Amino acid sequence: MQPIWLQPNGLILLNLHYNMSSVLLSAKELSRSYGQQHAVQNINFEVNKGEVLGFLGPNGAGKSTTMKMLSGNLSPTHGEIIINGYDLLSQPKQAKTHIGYLPETPPLYKELTVKEFLSFCASINNIPSAKHKAAVNTAIERCGLSDVTQRLIGHLSKGYQQRVGIAQAIIHTPAVVILDEPTSGLDPIQIREIRHLIRDIATEHSVILSTHILPEVEMLCDRVQIINNGQLILSDTIEGFSQQMQTSHLLVELTFPPTVNVLENIAGIITVETITSTLFRIHYSPEHNPTNEIVSHAATEQWQLTQLTPQQHSLEDVFMKIIRDEQAAQ
Amino acid sequence: MITLAKNELYRLFLSPLAWIILALSQLILAYLFLTHIDYFIQIQAKISAIPGAPGVTELIAIPLLNNAATLLLLIAPLVTMRLIAEERRNESLPLLLSAPLSTQQIVLGKYLGTFGFFLVLLFMISLMPLSLSLASQLDFRLLASGLLGLALLLASFSAIGLYLSSLTKQPSIAAMTTFASLFLLWIIDWAGNTQITAESSNLFSWLSLLRHYQPLLQGQVNSSDIAYYLIVISTFLILTIRRLDSERLN
Repeated sequence: MQPIWLQPNGLILLNLHYNMSSVLLSAKELSRSYGQQHAVQNINFEVNKGEVLGFLGPNGAGKSTTMKMLSGNLSPTHGEIIINGYDLLSQPKQAKTHIGYLPETPPLYKELTVKEFLSFCASINNIPSAKHKAAVNTAIERCGLSDVTQRLIGHLSKGYQQRVGIAQAIIHTPAVVILDEPTSGLDPIQIREIRHLIRDIATEHSVILSTHILPEVEMLCDRVQIINNGQLILSDTIEGFSQQMQTSHLLVELTFPPTVNVLENIAGIITVETITSTLFRIHYSPEHNPTNEIVSHAATEQWQLTQLTPQQHSLEDVFMKIIRDEQAAQ
Repeated sequence: MITLAKNELYRLFLSPLAWIILALSQLILAYLFLTHIDYFIQIQAKISAIPGAPGVTELIAIPLLNNAATLLLLIAPLVTMRLIAEERRNESLPLLLSAPLSTQQIVLGKYLGTFGFFLVLLFMISLMPLSLSLASQLDFRLLASGLLGLALLLASFSAIGLYLSSLTKQPSIAAMTTFASLFLLWIIDWAGNTQITAESSNLFSWLSLLRHYQPLLQGQVNSSDIAYYLIVISTFLILTIRRLDSERLN
């Protein structure tokens, strides 16, 4: 359990979702520079069993570089990566049996059929030949490729190619599946299908997902990390992240308002900010939404409620805000 | 490694390129084979009287292998160009790099796959002189030595082509540089013919791919020639491995 932590606006949150049980992937002080340019600087994080970790950041923030390092396609300039107990740099073979990787462009041999390609993937991933067929069939089934097994990959639509890419990443049932922008360039229906598939995969594997689409993180991830200019600027559970962003404000307008004290005594309300004589901004603790209480008090005590608006920042706002704060700090 | 080699060979045969190369090289060599037979028939009557005169193998099979080497010099870059350059262009290289394979396995797998294709080509070529054994007596030792020479030559072509393919993203650039390198190594001993200095010409003629092929065509299997080919092959394979490894670092 993560300790109680204090929010900037004075709210205390209990975070029950953080489970330290088993760490499948840990990256320590990961850095990567291309010549003078620092693509990724000093990133630390862990992925636990059965967790979906979202990497969020604008284009060029260092997401893909991080993913490439985690999958062993790129050596970090500094730092270490431990996958399921194996060091990726000193024991690459053992470590790589526990990762499945889907880069931004799915790595496919377009002249092969889906089945041929997947059985090749099965054999390069050290699946014993006796279990080959079963592994290929499971991957085909899980990724919904049963109708296209005999078709050439080059003739498939982009959505299906993406599925083949995912099938390739999960065929050896790795502990961690790394997906780099899995829904980019797909149409909305395909995006929905791929998201569905990722959620399904997350039931059996830990998933690291990079994206620049916020709703995707909201829908799929348990934990989110925001990366900008190669640095990790936020790491939180998705609930904590959303709560932090939903600043828990209510905008209340009352024609005949009581004194501020009366309002503050309503359960759940922390502070009341007076904007005009009739307009108030009410801060409440996220666990206790006082909307219902306010409405019933207003009705019984004739305050004449004219406006009651929940004020929430969208993830977009939060994302932009964090990045702006970061830039302002520099 | 073997899986990779098989996959490489299989994918090669899925493309029309492999079939066209096999068909056209067979066509051209068959034509050359016929002209050699023609020539042999013309002079057969004259030389039959001379004791120790060259036989069928020397006059037909060996010139054919010699021609085949020149033809394959032109063809090899087309086969090797796609090996790594195309994977890079299609961005399919991460598939191999994130699989539990060492760089050595990736490089050797690709190398063996390509060499496998050349062995198929070699087998097809060797069928022509072998067909003569139906009607005539062949010098099988001479033929075997010539075929060994051609196999070693092809193995060197593949290694050089593989390395140059690992340097670029464009298969056509890989083909061009491979062709230029092979051609240079082919003709480098010409410098030995012009009288510059004995030392440099010695070095140049030692470097020549062709110079080490000729003895094998004459039936001399010298360990120095075989060592030369093995050195060329291993040098370029090691360079390729180092190149792919350094890509991860840079």
